[in-house]
Amino acid sequence: MSVAVELSNVTKLFGDVTAVDDVDLSITDGEFFSLLGPSGCGKTTTLRMIAGFDFPTAGSIQIHGREMKLEPPNKRPVNTVFQSYALFPHMTVEDNVAFGLQMKKVDAGDMAARVKRSLDMVQLTHRADARPSQLSGGQQQRVALARALVNEPEVLLLDEPLGALDLKLRQAMQIELKELQERVGITFVYVTHDQVEALTMSDRIGVMDQGKLLQVGAPEDIYEHPKSRFVADFIGEINLIPGTVVDGSTVKLQAGANINASTEVAAGTAITIAVRPERFVLYRVDESVPEGLNRLSGTITRRVYHGDVFYYDVETSEGTIEVKEENRPGVSLYGVGDAAIVTWDVKATTVVAE
Amino acid sequence: MTAEAPEIARASSQLEAAAEKAESRRGLTLAAPSYLYLIVLFVSPLVIIGVYSFASRSRTGRPLLEDWNLDSWAKILGDELIRSIALRSVVVALVTTMLCLAVGYPFAYYIATRSERVRNLLLVLVMIPFWTNFLVRTYAWRVLLGEDGPVTEIGRALGLWDATLFTLPAVYIGLVYGYLPFMVLPLYASIERLDWSLVEAARDLYASGFRAFLRVTLPLTRPGIIAGSILVFIPSLGAYVTPDILGGAKTTLLGNYIVNQYLTARNWPLGSSVSMAIMIVMLIATVWYFRSGARTL
Repeated sequence: MSVAVELSNVTKLFGDVTAVDDVDLSITDGEFFSLLGPSGCGKTTTLRMIAGFDFPTAGSIQIHGREMKLEPPNKRPVNTVFQSYALFPHMTVEDNVAFGLQMKKVDAGDMAARVKRSLDMVQLTHRADARPSQLSGGQQQRVALARALVNEPEVLLLDEPLGALDLKLRQAMQIELKELQERVGITFVYVTHDQVEALTMSDRIGVMDQGKLLQVGAPEDIYEHPKSRFVADFIGEINLIPGTVVDGSTVKLQAGANINASTEVAAGTAITIAVRPERFVLYRVDESVPEGLNRLSGTITRRVYHGDVFYYDVETSEGTIEVKEENRPGVSLYGVGDAAIVTWDVKATTVVAE
Repeated sequence: MTAEAPEIARASSQLEAAAEKAESRRGLTLAAPSYLYLIVLFVSPLVIIGVYSFASRSRTGRPLLEDWNLDSWAKILGDELIRSIALRSVVVALVTTMLCLAVGYPFAYYIATRSERVRNLLLVLVMIPFWTNFLVRTYAWRVLLGEDGPVTEIGRALGLWDATLFTLPAVYIGLVYGYLPFMVLPLYASIERLDWSLVEAARDLYASGFRAFLRVTLPLTRPGIIAGSILVFIPSLGAYVTPDILGGAKTTLLGNYIVNQYLTARNWPLGSSVSMAIMIVMLIATVWYFRSGARTL
């Protein structure tokens, strides 16, 4: 697998604000890569530097081995799907899609065929003569995709392209986008602040915060094995409990409970353990808990009904723990005030350095 | 129950109609002062000029209303002098508009792309000349362009021109100077409103900076170009003060001609008919221009 985009020590300063801080990143050819982070974390600036709208203050950007750091956007083999779509309001859908080919001076016959194929691909051939303003949000989004993909870029950059759509449409488009990416086989670099979106679509995710790239990995990796407190907290719901490492398999929590956790962090180091709410299993005090599980006794202080799941707040000696239990037959229900034992597997325990 | 429903519906629709009527009455009350003002001070002089254009002229130069005719309208079409002055006026107005556009667009673009603070400062600078009377500013140009003025001196030193004042270039300088802000302000407004991500999209789709400007920036700022052009073209076509002060006998424009008819030749009917004719032509041209602009937008 060759490398499509390679960022080496890329830093971007706006005045004295560091937008992107010494980022090293290598995106594989044909991969769906997401840059995930809160707003202002530098993900959009990183994307804009790959597109050529902003130039790095330091570092290098290579696309398929060619140095692109200071090339203008029109000289780069990438295309962008903008957050606001940025469709040309004074042109028809067809002219929008043909724009890139016109600029590249593709001959007329070839151009017409490619534009038609692109519009077919996003199922908008029947709206070819419409103006962007006459289309729905979802349709505009698809025109933006067609307009970029018709040029067969080496890398497609997408800047929160689903942000303006409502939830149902967004979920449908997520699947559509992923299928499209697999079909055309083009490298996608996708910027989003929505962790579900990133988890659903990506082959790999890069999590950013305050200009730094904190962790890169497959969705399962990022979700199950966050390497930092920020990544653990930002992606999904999580319980964080401070503690100290006793040895390679034991952690002493803040209030003194010893639990099993596998870690390579040196003994005596202050750490945080992170456990997802759905990883807990509740037991009644009179039930027998299987051997080997971590356990904490507590009292239910809150129950929230979500239809498919119940959320419980369990007050324990180590603080309030949020537990998520599926609403399935056979699962026992707890009411506020009930005593319960919170249990979880050692494998569900992630040790995160402070 | 079922019998009452249509009655309630009817009553409520009557109520709605009444509310709408009250709303429109309230609107009329608000608009009344401006209606009154415009009828007294805009429409009535226009009607008077319209009526005079069909009058004839007494030997002493008084307009005679009892003898209605089309003589002065016929004269507009037949008179060689009027035709050449009209042609010159149209050319001067067109060239002035184009010069203002050529100078104004880059400047408006520059202002619109500055930071908020610089932008406001530059806009104030554009408007500062309005604080001084137009006549006074035009006389100031007489000093700059005059016999011992710097413009003439420079021309002589370079051996390029000998005199500026009372020539057509002087009129152009004066007109462009006077009407440039009318071009810059609407242009600025439309460039400032431009969605820059569209320009980025064009660059992303392989357009060079220049081509992105031609294909995206220019067409999307067309409303500003149209508004600015109309605001410059119309007063340029009727310009009187600038050609009168900076121009000579060979630069008589329609505005000067009309004033001459009223004040010197004392031919009010002819002055009126020329005024009306300009207004009609301008109205048609403006409507056509707006329509053509709206279509391609």
